[in-house]
Amino acid sequence: MGDYCIYTDPQKCIACHACEVACKSKNNVPSGASLGQIVTLGPQLIDGTPRMASLFIPCFHCEDAWCINACPTEAIRRRDKDGLVYILEELCVGCKACIMSCPWKIPQWNPESGKVIKCDMCMDLIDEGKKPACVSSCPTNALEFGSPCDMSHKTRAEYGQNLLKKNLGVAA
Amino acid sequence: MKKVIHTLCFMCTVRCPIEVVVENDEVVSIRGNSYVPAMNGVCPKGAAAVATLNDTQRVQAPMIRTGDRGSGQWKKVTWDEALDYTAEKCKDIFAKYGSKTSVYCERANLISDISKSFQKAIGSPNHFTHDTICKGAINTACRSIIGYTDGQINADWGNTKHAVLYGRNVFETTEIKAMNGLIGAMDKGAKVTYIDPRVTITAAKSTDYKMIRPGGDLALNYALMHVIIKEKLYDTEYVDRWVKGFKELSTFIDPYTPEWAEAETDIPAGDIIKLAREVSKDRPSVFFHYGYRGSHHPTETYFRRSIMILNALMGSIEAKGGLFIKKGPKDAGLEAGLRKFSDQKFPEMEDTRRFDGCGQDKFPIADKAHGVGSMFPHAVLNEDPYPIKVLFAFRFDPLYSNPDYQQSLKALHKLDLIVSSDINFGGTTSLADVILPESFFLERSDPLQMGSSLKPAINRRIACVTPRFDTKPMWWIIKQLADRLGIGEFFPYETIEDIWNYQLADMDIKIEDFDEKGFVSLSDKPIWWDRKNGIKFKTLSSKIEFVSGLMEDNNIPSLPSYEKLDAREGSFRLMCGRCAAHTNVMTQNNLYLNELVPENVLWINNNRAESLGIENNNMVEIESKVGKGRMKAFVTDMIHPEAVFMLHGFGHNEIESKRSYKRGVADSMLQECIMDKVAGSPALDHTWVTVKKV
Repeated sequence: MGDYCIYTDPQKCIACHACEVACKSKNNVPSGASLGQIVTLGPQLIDGTPRMASLFIPCFHCEDAWCINACPTEAIRRRDKDGLVYILEELCVGCKACIMSCPWKIPQWNPESGKVIKCDMCMDLIDEGKKPACVSSCPTNALEFGSPCDMSHKTRAEYGQNLLKKNLGVAA
Repeated sequence: MKKVIHTLCFMCTVRCPIEVVVENDEVVSIRGNSYVPAMNGVCPKGAAAVATLNDTQRVQAPMIRTGDRGSGQWKKVTWDEALDYTAEKCKDIFAKYGSKTSVYCERANLISDISKSFQKAIGSPNHFTHDTICKGAINTACRSIIGYTDGQINADWGNTKHAVLYGRNVFETTEIKAMNGLIGAMDKGAKVTYIDPRVTITAAKSTDYKMIRPGGDLALNYALMHVIIKEKLYDTEYVDRWVKGFKELSTFIDPYTPEWAEAETDIPAGDIIKLAREVSKDRPSVFFHYGYRGSHHPTETYFRRSIMILNALMGSIEAKGGLFIKKGPKDAGLEAGLRKFSDQKFPEMEDTRRFDGCGQDKFPIADKAHGVGSMFPHAVLNEDPYPIKVLFAFRFDPLYSNPDYQQSLKALHKLDLIVSSDINFGGTTSLADVILPESFFLERSDPLQMGSSLKPAINRRIACVTPRFDTKPMWWIIKQLADRLGIGEFFPYETIEDIWNYQLADMDIKIEDFDEKGFVSLSDKPIWWDRKNGIKFKTLSSKIEFVSGLMEDNNIPSLPSYEKLDAREGSFRLMCGRCAAHTNVMTQNNLYLNELVPENVLWINNNRAESLGIENNNMVEIESKVGKGRMKAFVTDMIHPEAVFMLHGFGHNEIESKRSYKRGVADSMLQECIMDKVAGSPALDHTWVTVKKV
């Protein structure tokens, strides 16, 4: 995801789809298309206990992006400063090669404009120092936005602190 | 340039504090108000508000009906024409039959003080709110025990150690503060026990889920009390200090053993005992939640009372992590709060008998502030206690909200005049004679809201963008009608600022004080009363009344013997409820929310379905004594065999609302008008239905 990642905490996600709807509202996404998508398994009873899990799937902003390589008009580009992959709408001719080439079919078709739209991770908001719409809309803090390194440091620090506290007998 | 406006949402009735980013008169985003703790994010309905704002399927201008009721034939008119037409009709009818023949119903909101003043000024005792449908029994039960309504208390979600929820589907009704709070508490190790005949998202997120037999909640609670009292697990100090009627309760619950409750609840006795012990371990930072949805049966008042009794036994009323009583301006040391229009002196009414007998002969202890709305069709059809001629349906849709759609339809057709104010074309609106369209919450400012809480505050809704269509705020519409009916003096305002200044007249707060955060706090710190001596219960005895003065004085028993649930071979109890995408009957036509959940399906137990030859996604016909409908079956092991379930709010017949038109089935089409015996609220989960493959 360029220099960023979005992590879904499956324990906290309640599959309310606020992330998808906030994305649509902010980016004027037409009916039928979803720039980011929440995928949910369950609820279902597993050995009598209700269980569910979810995963949010925006565009991955690949380093070697199939969509960029497939686009015949160079409408899809990568931002130098942080690697985000976006579309220059005026150059898109609506050939859909990007949709076909993407292994996850993530670029979306806009029937109203006859062009492709895709998640740019709300780079306008990122430039304002804010989080993407999907992340800031989550009502249970299930989505986390940051750099892969920061997330790794944070998770390891939490794990390590808990382990140390346990070993020293300090209350968590 | 972007600006951030702090206001109150109204996609659903929770009215969360939100911040709206606006640029060039367009809404860019909606999120929780960042000045308010536990308001991170937004729910899908709030996120989808922009779609309603700009929806061309809204009511776009005042309309007068030209064809038959419900024909969809309308004439667009000016505001003057619509208001003159309404006022002239009212004058004629009031002159002939009296103004008491008008009933005003509304989704209780910031405008209620003004709408109640309108009925008082025209001289009619008849006003009811939508609260009467889904929480009449909760309100009555709470008042009978602690003297406060359910609206005057709340749960301390964020600090709880154990929350017990009866169909309180907190993760699908998406009240942000409650969700944020509970997720935070669970992070710190809080337990959540969820009890429901159906597996919901909340069930999947809980530490323990119990699939209870539909209607078994009261029996479960009596058995929990039995264990708690026999094993002395309760808070003796708190009970000794605050409870009246503990002895009577101890005798009462003697026969209701966990073993007895097994048959009523389908929950093993051992599990009931374990739950009682586990919750008691964490008292008083625990709560049994008193609402909402789930288990609406004719004995609901007693079920809700049993919840509050459990809270009292845990000592959890006015305890951190338990329940708290909301504090107002006086508790914050102020002399006065917001001034009310409805406190003016109004002319004496000729006849004070209400259409619903609320607070009077029929339902002596139900709350007159909300009324008994499900009596409306009865009153109209039987002219009991007198004929009803006019309905003001203001942002509330009794047709789809009250049980027994056909009966409601008949009643609406019998009226001389239906005046509707709505954002969408709802069911009642589509039958109206005249529509006075209200502006959407993002387009209008409203009277200030007294936000009583641990930290009381006054909140403000303010217009974020200009109206998209020819719509008006309700306070303006009421004032215009009042002027035409000769009662304008009771509405001494022209602008919203006049209203705010009137409300703030007795307080040291100015309008501009709201500009930064959208609210003004009346207290820096949470106000907790002293648990030993300071809890101000508002019952007759100033105590928690297991034996209720309010009830006994009105010859209603406080602790009547348990009535065994009936069973019906081959039938199902119809349950209804909510999902995260929709609220009431208002959001099904929203572009984004309709896309998420376009119609409802019938949840049916897999074993029962198999014996009826029904497979997943089959079309089925569901039928009750009062109606039937066809919908898709969702065959699952996630629902109790005795129940079927459908989402509330679907099955719309309004041609103007194209996305929701004829999608799914309205639960009101099937629900019989069975009422809670004490509070009169509908027993929405009590109707028996049959299901067959078509």
